[in-house]
Amino acid sequence: MSDTYNNSEGANVDIDGDELIGTLTLPLDSWHRARDGRVVEFAGYWMPVQYNGEGGGIIAEHLWTRTSAGFFDVSHMGQLYISGEGVEAALEAVLPIDLSTLPVGGVRYSLLLNETGGILDDLMVTRWGTGFYLVVNGATKWDDIGTLREALPDNVTLNHLDDTALFALQGPMAAEALEPLVTGEQPLSALTFMRGAAFKLGGIDAWISRSGYTGEDGFEISVPGENAAELADLICAQPQVRPIGLGARDSLRLEAGLPLYGHDMNEDVDPVSADLLFGINKRRRSEGGFPGCDVILPLIASGAPTRRVGLLIDGRMAAREGAKVLNGDVEVGTVTSGGFSPSLERPIAMAFVASELAVSGTSLSIDVRGRKLAATVAPMPFVPHRYHRKGAA
Amino acid sequence: MTRYFTKDHEWIAVEGDEATVGITDYAQGQLGDITFVEVPGVGAEVGKGDAASVVDSVKAASDVYAPVSGTVTVVNDALEDQPELVNTDPEGEGWLWKMTLSDTAELDSLMDEASYQSFISGL
Repeated sequence: MSDTYNNSEGANVDIDGDELIGTLTLPLDSWHRARDGRVVEFAGYWMPVQYNGEGGGIIAEHLWTRTSAGFFDVSHMGQLYISGEGVEAALEAVLPIDLSTLPVGGVRYSLLLNETGGILDDLMVTRWGTGFYLVVNGATKWDDIGTLREALPDNVTLNHLDDTALFALQGPMAAEALEPLVTGEQPLSALTFMRGAAFKLGGIDAWISRSGYTGEDGFEISVPGENAAELADLICAQPQVRPIGLGARDSLRLEAGLPLYGHDMNEDVDPVSADLLFGINKRRRSEGGFPGCDVILPLIASGAPTRRVGLLIDGRMAAREGAKVLNGDVEVGTVTSGGFSPSLERPIAMAFVASELAVSGTSLSIDVRGRKLAATVAPMPFVPHRYHRKGAA
Repeated sequence: MTRYFTKDHEWIAVEGDEATVGITDYAQGQLGDITFVEVPGVGAEVGKGDAASVVDSVKAASDVYAPVSGTVTVVNDALEDQPELVNTDPEGEGWLWKMTLSDTAELDSLMDEASYQSFISGL
């Protein structure tokens, strides 16, 4: 049997592949090991890909999150705080975001772009009272910090909150599991999707937003690293909650149609092809003034030659990143993420295909090890989002 | 019947020049939830070390290598609907294929159960 699990992504290696600083540990390292987490190297850290024992395994963890509540440690992600005089204008010069419409506690998706319109990272921006809180991808955070520090003026300060842990609690029972554990100026139930506020969680300061990466209702919870283990214990003591590894995080986000940086987008992919225009706010599309706008704004008008789509695959064999997409015998695209969907019990994928074929219902095929798998372009998300939106019951 | 093991985590149970092949419990544990098994064709000639089958888990596809050379005689059709048998009973109901051996001397290079257990305990 071949050894196929690729867990070296984002490792701390130089261009020859030699390890530079070794794999780093996060605040919950021993917590995951004590819970029999199968720990692998990811984004330069030791992270649990799944948990062993009863209730563990990627499919069981995935389905638990869809039906109850899953606890994810995502402390590898970069948490940044940007503040100082003129911070709003300075951030708008770097990101294609409209901060004039972002209230205190509001959370918004944005993109860090290069001058040629490629995507350096995708990120979440939250307005705090005095500045902005950003969450960026783990594997790209060091580059992001460099890019941002170079772009921001001297009187704007970037703090890397590297002594802070980040959890996600996701699933239809996330709210009922978390509510009894928190106190704040407003009840947890007052938060709607993409809004956050300060709370006390088990008596400890926590920033909690109603957001996530699974398509479910849920929360992202930023807490001091020194309290991470006790707070993880507190949350996981709730009967609705089980810890969930990175494996299910990936299959959940794929079902939710949410792209993953480094796979479904990278610095050679523009936001139009990647179908991420919602990361470029309306005012910025008309005004420009962000990195890459000279390339992206004409592309919005003309359309991109390729586009990210969802594919439903016949049979049970999965197509993975790199597999070629065919229309008849003609190569028309490439799979960027793919795997077995535990909820749908069939393989699904994201792929970039020629735009004229990016229409739901189009029949294509995927070459997997010489075998042609029938695939149909499908709308995403594959599994409906269940966010707790403002105005919804 | 004698059972042999490879360093790539296949097992082969041999009786005369007939044998059954699968992946070990250690292997299924490493792969995690198995969602699809591609078995070889009946009648296929496989050489020792050839990629003869593919086991697809939620996370990745892995080749299964023929532990020795020979001809595939029967494949485990039950895996088509129940690939999870490879997780639940890898060294029993989750077998992959049966084959006739073309050179039983090739078995000499494989590990016995005790050697294999010692091998995986060092991984």
